[in-house]
Amino acid sequence: MTTTTSRAPKPATTRRRRPFNTRRAGAWALLALAIAVSVVPFLWVLRTALSTNGSLASQSASLLPADFTLGAFMRVFGLQSPADAVAEGGSGAAIDFWLYLRNSIIFSSITTAGAVFFSAMAAYAFARLRWKGRNAVFSLFLGTMLVPPIFTALPNFLLIKNLDLLNTMLGMVLPYVFMTPFAIFFLRQFFLNMSREVEEAAMLDGAKHLRIFFQIVLPNAAAPLATLALLTFIGQWNEYFWPLLVGSQDDVRVLQVGLGVFKSQSPQGAPDWSGLMAATLVSALPVLILFAAFGKKIVNSIGFSGIK
Amino acid sequence: MTTLTKHESSAKLRSGAPTPRGGLRRFGDLKIALFFIAPAMIGFILFYVVPTFRGIYLSFTEYNILGDPEWVGFDNYAAIAKDALFWNSLAVTGQYVLINIVLQTALALGLALLMDRVAKSTLVRGALLLPYLMSNVIAALLWFWMLDYQIGVVNQFIEWSGLPRVAFFGSEEWAIPTQALINTWRHMGYTALLIFAGLQAIPQHLYEVANLDGASPFQTFRKVTMPLLRPVLVLVLVVTVIGSFQVFDTVAVTTQGGPVNATRVIQYYIYQRAFTESDFGYGSAIAVILFLILALVAFIQMKFLRGNESDLD
Repeated sequence: MTTTTSRAPKPATTRRRRPFNTRRAGAWALLALAIAVSVVPFLWVLRTALSTNGSLASQSASLLPADFTLGAFMRVFGLQSPADAVAEGGSGAAIDFWLYLRNSIIFSSITTAGAVFFSAMAAYAFARLRWKGRNAVFSLFLGTMLVPPIFTALPNFLLIKNLDLLNTMLGMVLPYVFMTPFAIFFLRQFFLNMSREVEEAAMLDGAKHLRIFFQIVLPNAAAPLATLALLTFIGQWNEYFWPLLVGSQDDVRVLQVGLGVFKSQSPQGAPDWSGLMAATLVSALPVLILFAAFGKKIVNSIGFSGIK
Repeated sequence: MTTLTKHESSAKLRSGAPTPRGGLRRFGDLKIALFFIAPAMIGFILFYVVPTFRGIYLSFTEYNILGDPEWVGFDNYAAIAKDALFWNSLAVTGQYVLINIVLQTALALGLALLMDRVAKSTLVRGALLLPYLMSNVIAALLWFWMLDYQIGVVNQFIEWSGLPRVAFFGSEEWAIPTQALINTWRHMGYTALLIFAGLQAIPQHLYEVANLDGASPFQTFRKVTMPLLRPVLVLVLVVTVIGSFQVFDTVAVTTQGGPVNATRVIQYYIYQRAFTESDFGYGSAIAVILFLILALVAFIQMKFLRGNESDLD
C-alpha cells in the first residue's frame, strides 16, 4: 500500500478492498459536515472566550481570538478587579462562580449517589425477589416516566415551600434523591440477566439478602452502575428548571441558573460576550472531562437507554 | 455496541416473562422486598403520586400560595378556553414541535444511515453526541452568541453570501424556528444514535438476500430497512414529540416568550402564570391540559408500536 501511494497515483481499481467510490466520498463529506456542525460551535465559544469584547465586533469572523486575553476567564473566576472587568466589557458585578460550581457539584453528586443507590435497591426487589404485586408496582413506577416534569414541579414546589425548604440544598435534592424511574428500569434490566447460581450458592450458605445485594449483586453490576451514575450525573449537572424554582438564591444557586443570571447582568447594549462564553465553557467543563474519560461508555449506552 | 444490543434483546425477552427459578423462596420475599423498595417508594409517593393528584386538585382551585386554595370547579378551564394567550402558546408549541419532528427525524435518519454504511467508529458517534451532553442553557447561550444580529458569526456568513442579516431571536417569524433549530442541533446526534442502534439490530442476512435478488440500494432501503426500522422510528418520533412539547430552558434563557408572544410556549406560559403571577390554580390547569396532550401522544404511540411489533421478529 505504502509503495503504491508513493508512486504516481494508480488507477483506483488496483485497490481491491476499498475501491474509490464517489458515493463513499460523498457520504464521508456529509458525515464530516455533520461532525463540524456538532463540534465547531464549541471551538467558536473557546475562541470568543479568549477574545476581548472590544475587538469582537471589529474582528467578528477571524478564526483566531480577537486580541487574545485570559481576562474573560479571570472575570468568571472572580480574579479580575471590577475596574478591569468593566474595562474589558464585563458588568463589574461580582458573580460568585466558585460558589455556583460548589453548589452544582453538591447538587449533582448527592442526587446521583442517592438515586443510583436507592434505585439499585428497588431494582433488586423488582428483579431478584419474588413478591405479590411486583409487576404491578413496577408498571406504576414506569408509568411515572410519562408524567411531564412541569406537571409535578408545581405541587412539588408547594410541598418544598410548605416544608420551609425553599432555597436549601435539601429542598433541591429531595425530589431526585430517592429514585428516578429510569434508573430503576435501567438497573432492573441488568439484574434480571444476572445468573442465579452464585446467588443461590450464597443463599444455601445462609447469607442474607443484604449481603447478597452488597457483596454479589452490586459488585457484579459495577459496569452498569457506573454507566448509570455517569448518565445521571450529566443529567443532573444540566438540570435547570427545578433548581431555578427552588434554588434561586445565591447560596444554593447552581451553575446553569447562574449562567442565566450572568447573561441578564450584561450592561445595556453590549453583552459581555467573552465573559459569557468563558462562563459557558467552564460550566460545560465537568461534562467535557467526563466525556473525554468515559466517552465510549456514554456513546454505547445510548442505544440501550433510548429504548425505554 | 453489538454486545449491548444483544444484551438488551435478551433483557427484553426476560422482562416479558420473568422466570422464577429460585425454588428456594416462593413467596417469602415480601418483607425483604418492602425493605429494599422503601426509599424508592417514599420518593415515588411523595414526589410523583401525591403531586400528580395535588396538581389535578389545584387545577380546580384559585390559589396564589398565600392563602388556602379555593375550590372554583371548572372556572380555570373555562377561562383557558377563552384565553388567547393559551391558544397562542399551543399554536407556537405546535409549530416548534412540527419543525423539530421533521428536521430532527430526517437529519437523524440520514446520519444513522451514514454511520451504518461508512463510519461506525466511536469517535464519529461521540462527536455527534457532544451537543446532546450539553445543557439546554449552554446550547441556548452558545447559539444566542453565534446568531447575534450584530456580530454573530452566522450573520457574518449570511452577509458575505449577499443575503440580508436575520434577526434570529428578534423577529416574530424567526424566533420559533430558531428555537427549534437549536433543539435540533442539540438532539440530532442523539436521535441518530437511537436509529443507528435500530439499524444494527436488523439481521444482516436480510440484506444479503436482497442483494442476491438484485435489489437496488434504494429498493433495499424501502423494502428491508424502513419496515424493520419502523418501530424504532415511531419510538424516536414519540420521544421527540413529547420532549419538544416541554421546551422551556432555551426560551427562558434567550427570548423569554418574546418577541411579542412568538416564543411563549406552553411550559413557559405555565411557569409565568404560576410563578411570576402566582396563579397556581390556573398554571396547574394548563399543566393538566399539557399532561393530557402528552398522554394522548403516548397512547397513539402504544397503538402504533403494537401494530408494528411484528415487524421486528
